[in-house]
Amino acid sequence: MNKRMTTAPAIIMLVIPCAILVAFTHYPAIMALINSFWNNASSRRPSRFAGTENYQAMLADDRLAQVLVNSTIYALGTVPLAIGLAIGMALLVNSRLPGTAFMRLSFFLPTMLPMIAVANIWLFFYAPGIGLASQILGIFGLPSINFLGQTETALGSMMFVAIWKEAGLFMIFYLAALQSVPTNLKDAAKLEGAGRIRVFIDVVLPLLRPTTIFVAVNALINAFRLVDHVVVMTEGGPNNASALLLYYIYEVTFRQRDFAYGATLTVLMVVLLGILAVIQFWLLNRKAHYQ
Amino acid sequence: MNRGLTKLMLSILTAVFAAVWALPFIYSVWTAFHDERYAANFKWDAPWIFDNFVEAWHAAPFAMYFANTLILITIVLVANLILCTLVAYAFVRYKFRWAGFLFALIMVQLLISPEILIVENYLILSRIGLTNTIIGIALPYLTSAFGIFLLRQTFLSVPKSLDEAAQIEGASTWRILWNIYVPLAWPVYLAYSLVSVSFHWNNFLWPLIVTNSPEVRPLTVGLSVFATVDSGVEWSLVNAATLMTTAPLIIAFIIFQRQFVANFMRAGIK
Repeated sequence: MNKRMTTAPAIIMLVIPCAILVAFTHYPAIMALINSFWNNASSRRPSRFAGTENYQAMLADDRLAQVLVNSTIYALGTVPLAIGLAIGMALLVNSRLPGTAFMRLSFFLPTMLPMIAVANIWLFFYAPGIGLASQILGIFGLPSINFLGQTETALGSMMFVAIWKEAGLFMIFYLAALQSVPTNLKDAAKLEGAGRIRVFIDVVLPLLRPTTIFVAVNALINAFRLVDHVVVMTEGGPNNASALLLYYIYEVTFRQRDFAYGATLTVLMVVLLGILAVIQFWLLNRKAHYQ
Repeated sequence: MNRGLTKLMLSILTAVFAAVWALPFIYSVWTAFHDERYAANFKWDAPWIFDNFVEAWHAAPFAMYFANTLILITIVLVANLILCTLVAYAFVRYKFRWAGFLFALIMVQLLISPEILIVENYLILSRIGLTNTIIGIALPYLTSAFGIFLLRQTFLSVPKSLDEAAQIEGASTWRILWNIYVPLAWPVYLAYSLVSVSFHWNNFLWPLIVTNSPEVRPLTVGLSVFATVDSGVEWSLVNAATLMTTAPLIIAFIIFQRQFVANFMRAGIK
């Protein structure tokens, strides 16, 4: 046990697997930083050192400014709503109401589907005229709305899709947490005369705190890295209204073939995620003080 | 009496909420099983048909997409299970310099995952000539920080006495791994496999960037190509194709519902 490692097993156990990981995580991250200081090579001349040119372009990029605003609204809008819904769903599924199996299926199904399938389903749901959204509006005598085709509604409609897909996954984590809440705590509170709602707020909710931190951080990271629905449903439009940061990176790099600017945006993304990680650390440490 | 009434009201509200939540999916199922002219025209007695699935299946090389996805998830899963096991075992069983630092370095992947680094990873792939190959799609995912973390936690809980007893019996390093650690981590392997398979079955953006021909496209990319190539494509076909490509996951979920939920929980609790 806990022996010193000899060379041969070390190479098999650590060097090979870690080399693959480093080659596609650390190496590209560093390459993005390096490439962000160079401009694009063309057929006539090779890439040359550009200093902070790409970063100056980034600061002057109005589209990027809007993309960052979109991403912020998207993250801050979807994460708390999905978490709130997830807690509600977990309470329902965990309750002794009839039909919990159907509820669990209904809530969890969207999580199982690929985002691309979810996007297709909602594309159809939102389709002006033919989609269910339009038909429901029609029942109430309202004109049909082109949810994805208007700048005012596009981002909100995408957020709705994300919440629909993610809430069920978060529900699972809350379900696990709820089932580990000691019943004697709840019983004690009830003996003291606390109502159901009071028991939930004063006993259960504080115990869900670690789960909420875990879920919130993962949800935030996910809000940055899952943009499949943007590609399929709106391509960032109309007029940039639903473009998110990773989608913008994809568009700049693979549609406009601007790899240097793509690398610069990647650096921005990594920095933003790094800030998220620091906040997570800070929150978790604060939690440790309570215990 | 009053309590019973509240419970009834709550039950009805809950059932309605669950039904509304499933509505977009139900609507998609309904359209997939009906003729195009009922797509926007809801009738209870509309005949259920299977033609949309047959037509969609023949309209694009879905059999090939299925095969590609199966190859992709197999490559990733096998590589993940082997490589993550080896790394986790090394961390648990050996003392070496920089172990803590190396572990932190690996965990960076949890935050900066390959999806974020599409630009540079694509450049790496094109430099080594592996764009438009299934192995190219799999390459960034072969070692998973999540898998290493999960297995390390599990291996740490293996009783040291078992390991020491095996050593006294003269068992080799590899034998101890195979006969003691791996069998005890069985439920975790299952949980991890479920997460990995559903993640890679569903992954879209990276395969979209890497592939440009039907021979290597996985299902998700194939589906998006099918649904957008001619935007005049009928909704009933799009919905049929969407359900068709996700059916294996949905059926698996309904069959393994309990284990699935339990395993997702276990995989999620860090």
